[in-house]
Amino acid sequence: MKAFTRIMGTAIPFLEDDVNTDQIAPMGAGARMSEDYAQTLFQHRRHSADGAEIPDFVFNQPQFRTGAMLISGRNFGCGSSRESAVWTFLAIGVTCIITRSFADMYRENCLQNGILPITLPDAQADQLEAAVVAANGAAPFAVDLVSQEIKGPHGLRIAFDISPADRARLLEGLDDIGLTLKHKAEIEAFEKKMAQHIPWSQRADASSL
Amino acid sequence: MGRSIFDKIWDAHVVCQRMDGRDLLFIDRHITHELHAPHAFKKLKAAGRKVRRPDITFSALDHTPASTPGRDDNTNPQSKPFLDAVRAASRENGVRVFDLDDADYGISHVVGPEIGMVLPGATHAVPDSHACTVGGLGALAFGCGTTELEHVLATQVMALVRPKRMRVHLEGKIGALASAKDVALKILSQIGVSGGRGHIIEFAGPVARALSIEGRLTLCNLTIEMGSRSGLVAPDDKTFDWLYGRPWAPKGAMWDRALAHWRTLPSDEDAIFEREVTVDCHGLQPQITWGTDPAQVIEVNGHAPNPADLPAEQRGAIERALDYMGLQAGQPLVGLPVHRIFIGSCTNARLPDLQEAAEIVRGQHVAQGVVALVSAGSARVKREAEAIGVDKVFRDAGFIWGESACSMCAGANGDRGEAGERILSTTNRNFENRQGRGVRTHLVGPALAAAAAIAGKIVDVPKMKAGE
Ligand code: SF4
Repeated sequence: MKAFTRIMGTAIPFLEDDVNTDQIAPMGAGARMSEDYAQTLFQHRRHSADGAEIPDFVFNQPQFRTGAMLISGRNFGCGSSRESAVWTFLAIGVTCIITRSFADMYRENCLQNGILPITLPDAQADQLEAAVVAANGAAPFAVDLVSQEIKGPHGLRIAFDISPADRARLLEGLDDIGLTLKHKAEIEAFEKKMAQHIPWSQRADASSL
Repeated sequence: MGRSIFDKIWDAHVVCQRMDGRDLLFIDRHITHELHAPHAFKKLKAAGRKVRRPDITFSALDHTPASTPGRDDNTNPQSKPFLDAVRAASRENGVRVFDLDDADYGISHVVGPEIGMVLPGATHAVPDSHACTVGGLGALAFGCGTTELEHVLATQVMALVRPKRMRVHLEGKIGALASAKDVALKILSQIGVSGGRGHIIEFAGPVARALSIEGRLTLCNLTIEMGSRSGLVAPDDKTFDWLYGRPWAPKGAMWDRALAHWRTLPSDEDAIFEREVTVDCHGLQPQITWGTDPAQVIEVNGHAPNPADLPAEQRGAIERALDYMGLQAGQPLVGLPVHRIFIGSCTNARLPDLQEAAEIVRGQHVAQGVVALVSAGSARVKREAEAIGVDKVFRDAGFIWGESACSMCAGANGDRGEAGERILSTTNRNFENRQGRGVRTHLVGPALAAAAAIAGKIVDVPKMKAGE
């Protein structure tokens, strides 16, 4: 996984609440094995029924076709667990998503892919949204995970919180599986213990125990 | 201090704390599926890793196969590469596939409980957000993303931050025409789509106790729509009776041992919950979603909201939902013509769901111009329904009696509606475009879906039943 330290670039304002993953990464006319994720992003919202692009939809505006960070509302990423709803943002360069709150699984999928998920309290979110809307893609914003700060035009500085563990994981770009496998001995011991105490838990077909 | 059922299951499954402070939670049963697994298997292989516990890992083929009666691999041509990829990777790793011709074929969340693979007190993972369904048996399940799926394959644990506890007391006695789906929709209308965020929900109270096991599975299925990653109902004698004799459930002396353990699972009297909510379900009537998120729910004979009655900051979202759904402010839903009916999915396609719908359909015919599809939750449900003639009731009435699959729930298999069509669906998500571009989905229970198929429009089931 790519490490995250600091980024700078366009902040894309998508100021809606309860944005679900079916919207972010729709299944289209059915599932396909390989996908162009940049193309998939908000596919249905970007185009009208006849296939024409809707010019003022934010991700169709020239300054927001790619970007470094996304700003959105409450309960971002609710619905399906599909990880493609994270890959679509990576595909257009977004590696930081700033919201008022995240759906639990979506936040986890961000962390798994080196995307920094930031949650801001209302006062700071209001301040940032206003600045991002005012900038309209013309001035860059920066996010620094080392100093835990968001910076913007006219001296804007907003501090953010993140758990030390999530911060360390992103900063170091740690391989999650590798980290867990350091505990291989404990996993083995656990399996042995459970086979003794709760034998049916260690056998999928427990009828033959 | 007393512990909740969640605490008991969690504590029993923590292997250790990882150096970053997350708990490594052992996963007793893991079912992957063909839509997300190929990617994870590929990455696993590229990293030179193998499935750690193929004996407790399974592959379902539920999302992409066609529901067309008599389907095979090629009926939905887009499905074939997914099926082949999962079969190959599963074979390589010694993982059993519940293949299309398997007697235990079906949607993972339906198959796990019905064969007795998922048991009370167990942990379970599926790379599909409705893993929470099996909470109906008192199991703790987590939906996961693709990278987490790979993690479970390689390690058999999930690295999780301990969630908080929430309890939803379901008080009263629901109306005769309401079912578990209506209870879930009612809760959603009260707590919203993020009401359970960061929490594991325990559903308790007389309504939870009175529900059948299939009903509890339906209720827990919709926990994710409440923003909670998992939900459960404590097991009781009903649970144990339901499980007894299921093919993979423990038998003989081991059953007695398991039973003694399961009886210790329910939350202690003095268990602490960070959040407690009460939902009054007394006399509950059939519910229906009017909008584009599963918390936009009203009683079937109710009216769509009028944005003018709402605070200014709420109006925009409501107006947009009304517009998408083709509804006027304050309009009644009863009488709206419907184009398609879907009875299926891991929410509402177990045998009692199909029976509930069949009772309404019996001896009648689907309205002209309406396409009505039934897709059983599993091959077993389908067989059992056929054995008691439920399939015949549907077929005689002009329903398509499809093969088991996720089908129209997410439309990943190509079963989708046309733009502008109104669909009454027993599934769990009414998001914009989910069942097809521009499709208007109303979530309902099986009885209401069946009644609308016959009438060709949304009907007030209570009134209809009363013969008005
Ligand atoms: S029926 Fe729908 S919710 Fe259930 S597993 Fe299939 S796609 Fe997921």
